[in-house]
Amino acid sequence: MAGIGFGNWSITAAGRRTKRAGDYQPHHVSVTRRLRKPYTIRLWSVRHARFLEIVYAAFADLFLKLHPFWHFVGYGRAEPPVKFVERRVKGLLFDCRMCGQCILSATGMSCPMNCPKRLRNGPCGGVRANGNCEVEPDMPCVWVQAWSGSRLMQGGDAILAVQKPVDHSLRETSAWLRVTAEAAEARKAKA
Amino acid sequence: MTFPDVNPAGVHLPLEPLPGHSSRGRLERVLRRGEFAVTAELNPPDSADPQDVYDRAAVFEGWVDAINAVDASGANCHMSSVGICALLTRMGYAVVMQVACRDRNRIAIQGDVLGAAAMGVANVLCLTGDGVQAGDQPGAMPVFDLDSMSLLETVRVMRDEQRFLSGRKITSPPHVFIGAAANPFAPPYDFRPLRLAKKIEAGAEFVQTQYCFDVPMFENYMRRVRELGLHERCFILVGVGPLASARAARWIRTNVPGIYIPDAVIARLEGAENQKLEGKRICIEIIQACREIAGVSGVHVMAYRQEELVAEIVHEAGVLSDRRPWRREPSPDDAVVAERLQSILTEQESVDPEAAAAEAVAQARETEQVP
Repeated sequence: MAGIGFGNWSITAAGRRTKRAGDYQPHHVSVTRRLRKPYTIRLWSVRHARFLEIVYAAFADLFLKLHPFWHFVGYGRAEPPVKFVERRVKGLLFDCRMCGQCILSATGMSCPMNCPKRLRNGPCGGVRANGNCEVEPDMPCVWVQAWSGSRLMQGGDAILAVQKPVDHSLRETSAWLRVTAEAAEARKAKA
Repeated sequence: MTFPDVNPAGVHLPLEPLPGHSSRGRLERVLRRGEFAVTAELNPPDSADPQDVYDRAAVFEGWVDAINAVDASGANCHMSSVGICALLTRMGYAVVMQVACRDRNRIAIQGDVLGAAAMGVANVLCLTGDGVQAGDQPGAMPVFDLDSMSLLETVRVMRDEQRFLSGRKITSPPHVFIGAAANPFAPPYDFRPLRLAKKIEAGAEFVQTQYCFDVPMFENYMRRVRELGLHERCFILVGVGPLASARAARWIRTNVPGIYIPDAVIARLEGAENQKLEGKRICIEIIQACREIAGVSGVHVMAYRQEELVAEIVHEAGVLSDRRPWRREPSPDDAVVAERLQSILTEQESVDPEAAAAEAVAQARETEQVP
């Protein structure tokens, strides 16, 4: 077929993209280059959003109680080990991307950074009729999950709040420690 | 014929600011007067020729209140929305500049909004944008730095609080009417009206919906919207468009993200003798049905590659009643030039260049300037 070729694809005169015979195409390519994991655990977390909400609340309290300890060690020095644990725990449960500004409590325990468009304010208009993602047809839409998860939670209406744009400079930092430091600061200001 | 929403100093200039209006454009005036508004989508050219844009805009003239300039819709590369808006605003057209978050980060977008407002763009539509996988360049980097919600808020903050996202001051804010998109036809259906509420909270003053092919489904959505009182805080323009054939409808349904076409519509197209005509008829029926739904303020006609049908559809649907949207008229200056040209061509006798030269030389000799 006549046309211009580049990479694995060639463009025909009609402007349509065709694959050339014999072109190598890796299985399940993703334009967003995300790690492909089975979604089982992530979906479990959403189904048990209420349970995780309780656990998380208790956990946040514990972290806040430990504030004198963090303060003594220094938040900066506590960062690497806490981050190490946080990355693995949240990575397992939520496929966490370490954006550093966790809003799981406002998204039904479904991590919005797993959305290929990284939306933090609700589903785009492209959700498929079966509730799967527009970009990755095999993945359940993160926001369809978030909505169902939020319906299970007590504070689920936090999903209706407008979220600020992601601060990319906070990537790869511990959200747990920052939330704790901010809560401690707020407590001090109130007292 | 005179039109109500025109700046007497020039059609391309912004209108007088009115209290309660956030922009100085025609679309907002029409909507706030309570008239049924019509907008249409311009198919952006794959060329650098301005005439292509003017030709494509000319078919809408006198039939729509604003023209949407799409921002690489479907992630396909075309002339940019900023470029199209620059061309159309200088001719006096009212445009809705679409801004998608797919291709530009917050720095580029805020700059574009300022630039567009400076060129006279009065309406900005904030979108997330289709994923790059949908378009002709699936290997592109998807940006999605902001999402539609944070983009809405960004533009609102720039306009109302006169500052960038960073907090830096803007000396002259962009007076734009802020729009958003809504898709009532995609899951999670019960969240969709609440998402609209969120968009209004973030700054949306009008919304244009995705293609509506299922009126009962849209009625359900609108019922919920009215319960939440959203139709009073935001103008809702329902998206419609003619389907060219049953085959095209099937292709759209499987390949274009977010468009829902019920089987009944496709069956009706298939059964028709002239599918294109039937597609137009379906579109007109949908417009007339949606017009009756309380809370609907207008229609947004997306007649992709059938733009010439928009005038017929709007006319036959009868949604404008006796109102005629703005259309270009020759400026008074043009009339003066034409008149003078006519008089030069007809009234003055022709001049023979040789005779004129000889006469000039004779005159010069008389005054002894030439030996």
